[in-house]
Amino acid sequence: MIARILFNLLQVAVVMIAAPLAAGVLARLKEMVQSKRGPSIFQPYRDLWKLFHKDEIVSEDSSWIFRFTPYLVFVTPIFVALLIPVLTSYPLFFAFMGDMLGAGFVLALGGFFAALAAVDTANPYGPIGASRTRMVGFLAEPVFMIVFFTVSFVAGSTIPYIVQQRWVTPFANFFAPSHVLLVLAFLMLILAEGGRIPVDNPSGHFELAMIDESKSLEYSGRGFALVKWGGQMKFFVLLCIFLNVLVTPWGLASEQTFGAVLLAIPTVLLKVFCFLLVLVVIESSLSKLRLFRIAEFLGAAFITSVAAMVSQVFLP
Amino acid sequence: MSTATKELLENLNALAAGLFLLTAFGIVAMRQARGCLNLFIAQSLLLAASAALLGLRYHSGHLYAVALVNLISKPIIVPWLLHRTSPAEIYTRREIDQVLNIPAALLIALALAIGAYFVGTPLANAVGPEFRGPNVPIGIAVLLLGAFTLTVRREALSLLIGLLVMENGAFLAGISIARDLGMLVELAIATDGLVIVFIMGVLVRAVQKQAGTTAVGELASLKETATVPAAGEGLL
Repeated sequence: MIARILFNLLQVAVVMIAAPLAAGVLARLKEMVQSKRGPSIFQPYRDLWKLFHKDEIVSEDSSWIFRFTPYLVFVTPIFVALLIPVLTSYPLFFAFMGDMLGAGFVLALGGFFAALAAVDTANPYGPIGASRTRMVGFLAEPVFMIVFFTVSFVAGSTIPYIVQQRWVTPFANFFAPSHVLLVLAFLMLILAEGGRIPVDNPSGHFELAMIDESKSLEYSGRGFALVKWGGQMKFFVLLCIFLNVLVTPWGLASEQTFGAVLLAIPTVLLKVFCFLLVLVVIESSLSKLRLFRIAEFLGAAFITSVAAMVSQVFLP
Repeated sequence: MSTATKELLENLNALAAGLFLLTAFGIVAMRQARGCLNLFIAQSLLLAASAALLGLRYHSGHLYAVALVNLISKPIIVPWLLHRTSPAEIYTRREIDQVLNIPAALLIALALAIGAYFVGTPLANAVGPEFRGPNVPIGIAVLLLGAFTLTVRREALSLLIGLLVMENGAFLAGISIARDLGMLVELAIATDGLVIVFIMGVLVRAVQKQAGTTAVGELASLKETATVPAAGEGLL
């Protein structure tokens, strides 16, 4: 029991520590593809350290929502990290507190408050970004729903620990059309939710074109650090769900010993690194879509997820 | 053949069929003529893969032959014929017209696919237990999607691709229902498709020569004016 709680806390620690590293590696890889040297992969840590030691300026006209949001954005991915398999293939202490749907709701709560906070300060760019994020959000919502329903239909459960076993036992299930199409749909969702390139340009600094970034324009100092770190953790958590539950449910600790769990950390990081390579290829070979084309991109994701569901429901 | 291998082959075949369905959706939604053609090539490759996997699963030489014929005719000869016959201007144009906007077209296509499952699944179950699989419902769905492409596109080349998609769908359903169709029939179907492509390509070229465009959606009315038309216009 104690060990399981400890493992659960270790999962949270891994998510907290590795998330900025993943962001740094991704930035570095992208720069390398563009034949530049790029910042060190530890740059996000330095940024966070610097921001935590800076003064924070909060507008007098803002309400409690603006002050409360950074903490919420920071805490929600940590909650989700308690629920999902990051390191182990067996359920941990908090695993049955919520399923994948619950994790989605918790993440959506952070997004909801971030949008409110962006509107709160009446900075002209904040509401633009907030409304765009909501647009992407409500287009992504049906895809999330269909993906989860298909997963629960196939595996008979939405607890991620049970789902991940279903795809690989027997191994032939890995190639079931519902699985592969779900992975495709979820990949498109990660691109949309993480603000990656066909939907949003994470390295863009032009306010009018921003979608995700403009929500944190008004934050400074510690609040900004929390929002930034929270965003990185949210992306890392999504990657963990994608890799550990849907794509490659291998390499996780199956024994309840500290050694096995610690050994799972490098394999999980390796998986994340491999996915980041794929992501760099996607991001470097596509261009950002015009705003109203995003509906088509997510429409394609929706079609893919429904095709997955249809091919599962109607297979004799 | 062990049960695990059989299951693996069936799942791989189902995967090929699922991706086959996805490419049909892509052809409905794709804006560029070049993209449509590429998706069609991918779709034909998936069809060949499905035939080969079914051949491996049921030890059928005919299905290998079908796979081979499909591998040669559709992904190689059809694009070559199209490049030879139809004008290059089609491929350089960035966007091609559709009657509906893309999300609406996709939603209708989705409804068609789901409808096709309701038709196709009982059909597949009626034929016999060994024919159960995704091929018949997905084949019918793709047949309908190809017909849908034909109705919403306004560009000659994508109309042709819609026609070929219909043929692909019928083929995918066919290879699982009639595994020993007879070599003659298969060859006849394959050459038939090529002849269709050739004739349509020449037709597209003629349309472009006469009307200056291949966007056939705009050629909706006959021009009957009292004055003598200027050279090169008003004939279609």
